[in-house]
Amino acid sequence: MFSLIHLVVAAIVAWLAIGLLGILRPRSTPYIAHVLFVAGAIVGLALAVVAFLALGQSAQVIVLPLGLPDLPFHFRLDSLSAVFLLLLGATAAGISLFSAGYFRAGAGTAPGLMCLQYHTFLAAMATVLVADDAYAFMLAWETMALASFFLVTTDHRIPEIRHAGFLYLLIAHIGALAILLCFGVLQGGSGDYSFEGMRAVRLPGAWGSIAFLLALCGFGAKAGLLPLHVWLPEAHPAAPSPVSALMSGVMLKTAIYGLLRVTFDLLHVQLWWWGVVALVLGLATALYGVIFAAVQSDMKRLLAYSSIENIGIIVAGIGLAILFKSYGKTLLAAVAMTAVLYHSLNHALFKSLLFLATGSVLHATHERNLGKLGGLIHRMPWVAWLALVGTLAIAGLPPLNGFVSEWLLLQAFLFTPSLPQSFINMLVPLAAAALVLAVALAAFVMVKFYGVIFLGRPREPNLAYAKDAGYLERAALVWFALGCVVLGLFPVNVIAMLDAVNATLIGSTVGGHGGSWLLLAPINAGRSSYSPMIFLLVIVAVLLLTVQIVHRHYRGGLREGPAWDCGFPKQTPRMQDTAEGFGQPIRQIFEQFFRMQRSLPSPFDSAPRYKVSIEDHFWYWLYLPVARGAERLARLIGLIQQGRISVYLTYSFFTLLALLLFVR
Amino acid sequence: MSPAALLSQLLQLAIAMLLAPLLLGWVNQCRAWLQNKSAPSILLPYRLIRKLFHKDAVVAVNASPIFRITPYIVFAAMALAAAIVPSLATDLPFARVADAIALVGLFALARVFIALAAMDIGTAFGSMGARREMFVGFLAEPALLMVLFTASLISGSTSLPTIVDSLAHSEIAIYPSLAFAGVAFTMVSLAENARIPIDNPATHLELTMVHEAMLLEYSARHLALIEWASALKLFNYSCIGLALFFPFGIAEGSADWLAIIGATPVLIAKLAFGGFALALIETLSAKLRIFRAPEFLGTAFLLAVLGMLVNQLLGG
Repeated sequence: MFSLIHLVVAAIVAWLAIGLLGILRPRSTPYIAHVLFVAGAIVGLALAVVAFLALGQSAQVIVLPLGLPDLPFHFRLDSLSAVFLLLLGATAAGISLFSAGYFRAGAGTAPGLMCLQYHTFLAAMATVLVADDAYAFMLAWETMALASFFLVTTDHRIPEIRHAGFLYLLIAHIGALAILLCFGVLQGGSGDYSFEGMRAVRLPGAWGSIAFLLALCGFGAKAGLLPLHVWLPEAHPAAPSPVSALMSGVMLKTAIYGLLRVTFDLLHVQLWWWGVVALVLGLATALYGVIFAAVQSDMKRLLAYSSIENIGIIVAGIGLAILFKSYGKTLLAAVAMTAVLYHSLNHALFKSLLFLATGSVLHATHERNLGKLGGLIHRMPWVAWLALVGTLAIAGLPPLNGFVSEWLLLQAFLFTPSLPQSFINMLVPLAAAALVLAVALAAFVMVKFYGVIFLGRPREPNLAYAKDAGYLERAALVWFALGCVVLGLFPVNVIAMLDAVNATLIGSTVGGHGGSWLLLAPINAGRSSYSPMIFLLVIVAVLLLTVQIVHRHYRGGLREGPAWDCGFPKQTPRMQDTAEGFGQPIRQIFEQFFRMQRSLPSPFDSAPRYKVSIEDHFWYWLYLPVARGAERLARLIGLIQQGRISVYLTYSFFTLLALLLFVR
Repeated sequence: MSPAALLSQLLQLAIAMLLAPLLLGWVNQCRAWLQNKSAPSILLPYRLIRKLFHKDAVVAVNASPIFRITPYIVFAAMALAAAIVPSLATDLPFARVADAIALVGLFALARVFIALAAMDIGTAFGSMGARREMFVGFLAEPALLMVLFTASLISGSTSLPTIVDSLAHSEIAIYPSLAFAGVAFTMVSLAENARIPIDNPATHLELTMVHEAMLLEYSARHLALIEWASALKLFNYSCIGLALFFPFGIAEGSADWLAIIGATPVLIAKLAFGGFALALIETLSAKLRIFRAPEFLGTAFLLAVLGMLVNQLLGG
């Protein structure tokens, strides 16, 4: 009898098979793009449907006789896995569809090889989400890291891209080590590395905290938490856009999944101060990410920093959920957990949408620098209008989806005062202030992103020849934009879906406390309510009514004319605000956050150039000292390396002598 | 939904739409008096809107549809906000659609659209205005949210009618936290409505303008809608302030028809007083340099956070 988990395994195998089919004809772009990637998209869609059906069902387990002898793979499909599989499937479907229209034969990796890497990456992520023992989990986790490393370095002939890839690989491995140690702690001396065994272990005292901190460090490295965030802004611009979308939209979420799995499922109890740690770290990450996003002038770096911000918000939500759960306030913990899951879904949708849109822009203009774009809404209307949906959603504006998760998170914040500890109650206003500051800054960032790329006049003459995206790319963008709208307008249905996770992890549900399918009211309708559908309907109704009235009663005509030049006829498109200009206020206010170098031209310069470079303090505070330390250590060890056989024989002799002395 | 609730909803919306330009005219008139100038007619904003509706619109050649649809979106957003904020009665059918957080989101939606429209033409002033508006917004929006949070913490709800109900019936006459919030709210409202000291609605001096810089390309009916929406925004902010800090006189619960109609003159009196206070503040303060705006708004934000902290410390 086939059950849902068999179908998940079938999807994983199908992805691997598609990948292997790719290397049969590695140079045939039409075959790979229009056959294999489309097939991959269909598998993704099927996986999403299976995951949707699995939500709310009891956990299903299978054991596959794969891997080492006596160490089979355990797979398990429960509600938490299902939510993230749904995210993976739906996002992968869109991104694969986009890739089908996107990838062209280039100078980098052959398309067939890339197809293998891409589908291995997808299969590995799916395996991470269903793995039920540490061995399978780590194997899939490392496969995921390696596959994504190769995808990042598709254009491996460019040195910067190779550097970005190695940085990513390094931090991924630091994280993997922490996760491995975390599993080592979790098995609690029982030697049983299956998750089932870990759930049964009751870790004594501080060991639980050590496991949590290791998990936070390990999964935080993958997710981009401070201070292990530096790889994101390097790797995302290096990777091809669909890969950036996949990494930002889905891979970061596997880290969130891992953190939730360890904290709420494998550990049997949560302590309140873990929540504070996650909350503070998350908010610091969110603020840091969004402030850096505001001053970027590379569109993909900007989105990468924005991903750091969103991950920060999600981790802050996890912190809040831990805090509530540790004090036994399960309903509030469920609200926070819903916000976490909701925001994970949202971020997968709108960040994929925006990364893919930058991919289309990149193909049409060959330009990633915001300072050389502009006015693309006229040349690329499909991409521009669909990107507008993503922009409004990520800026957290009602009635789209980004607002719903932020609304839920703020609701959770407002309920914190019911906690017994006054220290935490003091923390809440500050935490809420940091969160709303990050969210408000995100709106600033996204106006800059959209306005500079798509609005205004083209800053370079060659932009006039930019072509809109092809049909497959458009279809993928529509898919994600539709997702943003649906998740924004039907929060009650989505929350009812996510409640399956709340029921298993927290033991309480958000739905069913008043409200109806139209009205979202997580605690009760008197406390707070929000109805995006009516919200949208009222705005649209007033809008149409106004248009009607204005057009019926006032017969003033409409003329087109040149823009007003303020009496200065020599206006050029380069006089519009550039990305640097738009970010200038932020650069000034948050000066301490950046390591900034500026060179200003003298007033008599005939060809003036303004240059500003902004770097991360963490490079100089943390990474470079560590790197220098490692180098010094290597040099010390290098002293014993003489390169002469006689010296090495002497070493062997003394080692033997020492061994004889000690072992005897 | 009772007929009385529907009536109060419609009456409130109609009053907001019709009286918003009057409030603007009243503020201008008070300011002229205070500055010892001869005052323009109080009906001047209406005449301006009527005049603009009768002109031919000129749209820049490279304007995208975003530019043309923005006035309608901003107007619709402000109209919805006017329906949500309890100014006449608390039993409003629409108030459950959006709570305090969604109200701030609604203002943000209008702001983002108007900033995008300003960048759409691609002139130096438009994008400068957009940048400054978003920059004022990113500090003012959190401060406004913090003010509303303080009130939410006191009343245990983010729904505006519940907040008003509980503030109007509190045993403690004055909440110390609300005092902080009140100062913060005043500062935010000045910034958000493009008033002195952040912006000057009466100037088109290039170096200082924020809000006006974004509207330079608008003309005729588009400009009329935006001017009307700005007046509505001022009206909405005034009503939020009145609802939070002077909640008396608002018809509560499922009030009868008489109470709702009785609440109207109270509202007008309160607005007249509030408008005078705004004119007084504008007369007594000077326009800040734009570089000083972060300090002003940062102070507002900190005061609002302090309000929340005080609320936690003193328990109200």
